Formats: sequence, C-alpha cells, structure tokens
Amino acid sequence: MVSALVKIFIFPGFVFMAAYSMFLEYLDRKIYARLQNRIGPPWYQPLADFLKLLGKETIIPADANRMMFQVLPIASLAAVATSFIYIPVFGRNAVAYFEGDVVVVLYLLTVPTMSLFLAGWYSRGIYSTIGSVRTLTQMFAYEVPLFMALLAPGLIAKTWSVSGMAEFYSRHPLYILINVPAFAVALIAGQGKLERAPFDSPEAETEIVSGALVEYSGKLLALFRMSVDCELVLIASLISAIFLPFMTGNVILDFALYLIKTCAILVFFTIMRSVMARLRVDQMLAFYWRLLTPVAVVQMVINLLVRGNLRL
Amino acid sequence: MNEKRIIGNRIVIPIGPQHPSLKEPGCFTITLEGEKVVHAVIGVGYNHRGLEKACESRSFIQTLYLIERVCGICSHTHSTAFCQGIEELSGITVPRRAAYIRVIIAELERLHSHLLWLGVAAHEIGFDTLFMYSWRDREKVLDILAEACGNRVNYGINTVGGVRRDLDDNVIQGISKMADSLENQLKYYLDLVMIDTTLSARLSGIGKLSREDAMKFGAVGPVARAAGISYDIRTIEPYGAYGEIPVKVITDDHADVFGRTVVRIREMLESLEILRFCIKNIPDGGIAVKAPRRIPAGEVISRTEAPRGENIHYIRSNGTDILDRVRVRAPTEANWHGMKHMLEGQYLADVPITIAAIDPCYSCADRAIVINSGNKTEVMDWQRLRQYSIEWYKKRGVDMASVKMPESKAYF
Repeated sequence: MVSALVKIFIFPGFVFMAAYSMFLEYLDRKIYARLQNRIGPPWYQPLADFLKLLGKETIIPADANRMMFQVLPIASLAAVATSFIYIPVFGRNAVAYFEGDVVVVLYLLTVPTMSLFLAGWYSRGIYSTIGSVRTLTQMFAYEVPLFMALLAPGLIAKTWSVSGMAEFYSRHPLYILINVPAFAVALIAGQGKLERAPFDSPEAETEIVSGALVEYSGKLLALFRMSVDCELVLIASLISAIFLPFMTGNVILDFALYLIKTCAILVFFTIMRSVMARLRVDQMLAFYWRLLTPVAVVQMVINLLVRGNLRL
Repeated sequence: MNEKRIIGNRIVIPIGPQHPSLKEPGCFTITLEGEKVVHAVIGVGYNHRGLEKACESRSFIQTLYLIERVCGICSHTHSTAFCQGIEELSGITVPRRAAYIRVIIAELERLHSHLLWLGVAAHEIGFDTLFMYSWRDREKVLDILAEACGNRVNYGINTVGGVRRDLDDNVIQGISKMADSLENQLKYYLDLVMIDTTLSARLSGIGKLSREDAMKFGAVGPVARAAGISYDIRTIEPYGAYGEIPVKVITDDHADVFGRTVVRIREMLESLEILRFCIKNIPDGGIAVKAPRRIPAGEVISRTEAPRGENIHYIRSNGTDILDRVRVRAPTEANWHGMKHMLEGQYLADVPITIAAIDPCYSCADRAIVINSGNKTEVMDWQRLRQYSIEWYKKRGVDMASVKMPESKAYF
C-alpha cells in the first residue's frame, strides 16, 4: 500500500513528473535560445518562474465563472498526473497497467485540452474566447491522426495496453520499422497537441495575446503552466514507450535510456518549433486532415494486414 | 463587456491601443465573422506630440533637433529633408564630401530599418528564429552607425550646410567589412523567403494591394514598389549625392506581403551596392559650410526617400530665424489609407502581419486628433483650441491656465 502510494505520488509518479517537466522546459528553452543565437535561461529558471507565479496575486475576472475558473487548472493537472501512472518509465511495466489502459491514457489526454478550452470560455474575455475556440478546432484536427498513430502499433502487438506494447516491441524490436510512419505522425500530431509552433495559433501571442489563458494569473496560471509542461513529459514518454521501446532489462540502464529517449523527442519538438512560422488555423486543419490523417489510415491498414498474415 | 462585443455571429475584437503585436499605440477595431475580417476601423492618433507646432516657436537650429526626433528609426531622412529645405531657401551648397556622408548614413539607416522590419514581420507570423537572426545582423549596422555618429539611432550628424562629423578610415573600412558579411546573410534570408513553405504560406496573397489600388490610395515606398510601381525619390528626383550614384529601383509584382518582404530584402542588397560605391568614390574636402543666421523668406518642399517611402517636408520662412510653418508628411501617413482595404476579407491571423507589412511608424504620422461628438463637427482656431484644452485639464484637476504660450505667428 505504502509502496504503491510512493510510486504514484513520488517516483515515478507525480513528483518525478513535475521535476522532470521543469527540466524538459529548461532544455526546451535553452535549445530554442541556442538555435536562435541567444544565451538562454539558467537551469533553475522554470522553477523560479513557477515559484514566482505562486507568490503573485490571483485575479479572477468579474464576468468569469469563479468555480470553473479555479477548478479547471487542477482538473487539467490531475488528468495528466493520472495518465502518467500508466506509462512505463523504467523497466517494461508501468506503475499500474491493465488491458486497455492506452484508451484511458488517450481519454485522459483530452482532459487538459478540454480544460484549456473551458478555461478560456469561462473567462469570458474576447481574446480568451477566440483562443479557446481555436484550441477546440485544433483538438478536432490532431486527435484523429494522433489516436490512430498511437493505437496502430497495438494492432500488431495485439494489446491495448501501453506496457503490453512496450513489452511486445522490446521482444520483437524489428517490428518497430513497420510503425515508422505512425511514429512520424505521432511526433507531428504531438506538437499540435502541445500547441507549439508551427501549430501554436490557439495561443498566438501577436494575434490574441495568449489565447485561452489570457485572463489567468498567479497560482492558477502556475498550475496551468505546470500541467502544460507535464503534458510535454507525458507525450514524450508515451511516444518513447510505444515507438522506441529499446530496453536492457537493467532497471538503472532502462531509466537512463528513458531519459535519453524523451530528451531526444523533446529536441525534435524544439527544432520543429524553431524552424517554422506559425500556421493559420485553416492551414493547420488542412495539414492535419489532408496529410496526416491519410498517413495514419494507411498505417492502420498496413498493420491490419501484417496482423492477419504474420500469425504472431 | 461581452454583450457589446458579440453581435449575432459577429465578434468585435479590438487590436490595440495596447497589444503585443503593435509596437506603438493604435486601435484597430476588427469585426470578425468566424475567423474572417468583415470590417476594420483604423484608429490612429494616440501618439500625437504637437511636433509641428513646437517647431514654430524655436529657431531653425533648435527645430533641427526636434525634426531629428520625428522618428526613432529613420531620423536621418527627416533631418536630411529639413536641412535640404533650409539650404535651398538660403541658397547654400553642401560640400560634396558632406553629401556623400549623408548618403552613407541614409543607406545604413535603410539597412537597419529594413532588418528591424524583417525581424518584426517574422515575429508577427510566429517565426521567432528569423526575428532573432535579423536583429543580430542589425547590430552590425548599428555598431557602424555608433562608431560613425556616436549614436545607434538619432545620429545627429546632419546640420544646415553639411554634416557635423567626418568619417575616418576606420569607419569606412568597417562599412566595407560589414557589407561583405551582411551580404551573405541577406542572400540567405532571400533564399529562405523564397524556399520556406511555412513562410510563403503565411506571406503570399496576404494584404493584397494591387497596382491600381496602390495608385488610388497613394501608397509609397516598398508597399507601392511591391505592387510594381517604380516610385523612388532617389531616382525620380535625385537629391544630395544620389545624382552621381547609380541607384537601381527594386520592384516586384506580387502586390502582397510576400512581395513587400522580397522588395525590402533586395533593397538592402542594393543599399550595400550604394554603400560600396560611396566608399570607393567619396571625395576629399570640407564637410560643412557656414549657415546664415536668418533664413530668407520663402517656402520650399523637400523630398527624400525614407526606408518606409517618400518623405515630404514643407517649410515656410518669414525672414527671421524662427520658421513660420513646418509640415512633415511621414511615409506612414500615406500608407495608412490603403490599410482598411488590405485588412477586409482576410483571416484574423493575418491582421498583425498586414499591419506590420507597411512598416507603420505611428508617432511619425500622428498629427492631430479629431474629436467626434455626435454629428456636430467644428473647426477650432488656435485660441479656442487652447481654451478647450485648459477646460479639459481643469475637469481632471490640472490647471494649465498659468502656462505661458508663445504668441503664434502661424497662419491657420
């Protein structure tokens, strides 16, 4: 009981995820800055930002729905923390797993985005309304390719569990090659999920200030920012567990490998963010529906054929 | 607040007066249907400084310092236009070396202004890497300007009758070194704009202002040249040393933000060529002649090509050292007129880049505020305007009645 609680709340659960999310944010900002010929922040900058925001006054707009305004950041963070339990961090198995947990993870993944949408909607500001509508539009664009890309490997592994997929592919590493298109789709759709450039129109600074979160301040903003960072950890861990499940069996080495894999995915995200201009909402929609979704569908068909023929 | 802002399926969204995409205050009231702009109202006038009025109570040498501060970025082009006007009125000829130095500073100014614009434009479309790169390269130009004039902006090098500082060999060598390294960067940016898909997706077809519309709205500078109008004061009315220097006018026929970007980058490459020519052919000799104490009565229009377009100064003198009237038509003032046309029918996401694409300089163009109260309009003379302002401030607890104003000699 105690060990389960420690696993859920401390390591590799919530505390680890929060700490690692700050490290990844630092890495993201530092690499982004170096790519732009800037020096970038010191390592403690994300923590300093977080603590500073905690100490600031929290302003709730008079028009806003007070209850929703305060509950949503917590709901968002809680959903991310819950889904992290089902993702293997070291070793083959996550803290908790059952047949079908990937569906739960994907379901919980939509909660932060929905929270963001509702947060913008209930703030009743003009910029936040437009930002939250864009957030929702973007969700309808990336969800289909992201879900198909993350579920396709399960067709070959014959399991709907993240741990199960990780275990299957670590035993049969060559099957990963079949999933390469899905891997690419997941990376690009993940960038959209995290609302990072070129898919950052929901929080486009130069158009709608900062989108759905424009009215947020103080502790509530700190929680929202933390949940966005934790989402980054979650997406990177999920992609690395499903598409890069190379493991040694040694717990320490596997943990080191996990860190390397997630950092590599983050570096890809950061490079993508720094070399492109922001796409408009209509261009983003066209990109996801005309390009990524067909690729994901083709991947599904390939995996179904493979599953039928290989008789694993 | 929302009840007023949302009418049916239309949302009225204010961009400004304080907004992250605007570098200066201006209020663009955008009516949206979904993400499409159906109506745009341009509200400028937040930065009125009473600059022309201030010129009328100072001697022309003091006025020169004010004129230098019309614009923070293109201060040299304004002081050049002003000095040229005064020189023409008093009939003095600037030494050739001084004319060349003015051209060198003007082209350096064009370089740093366009690089600044490139960075701002990249930021507007969310491409911060290009923003950081172009502002890094702008530092090279600013370093040269600081070495040549002592200041990064507001160079203060122009004076009536010439320039105040000579360029030494260090600066001239520095310029040629800078030109070589900047040329590589600029060619890279030109390639980038031509090749990069996200850039062309965000720039092409945005803020269309066709040749006919550009003519109709009286657009100037890169906005007009991107619409295929070959309009550049440096060639149609060569001033200073431009008569001796070959200047190629850069035009483009895209007539959109993409065209304006290409025109500006290619203009920078052309500026480097002009700088190289000037460095090679700069004559020796004095840098200034003595200016008279009083300006002969008369009026003059002086035009220069600012980085943003045609800059017009009208100066009228009454024979004393205090000018009767100074009118500054900054290029932004001419480019505002087509803005509504450019904005309507576009996506909200393209509004910031469309506004930025004319390279607006709000405070340069803001002249006076028209107060609309109902349907009543009235024209106030100077005394009534002053009375109005005293009452306006009194209501807010400030008494301005004791402030002495110089007696105005100007004609209204």
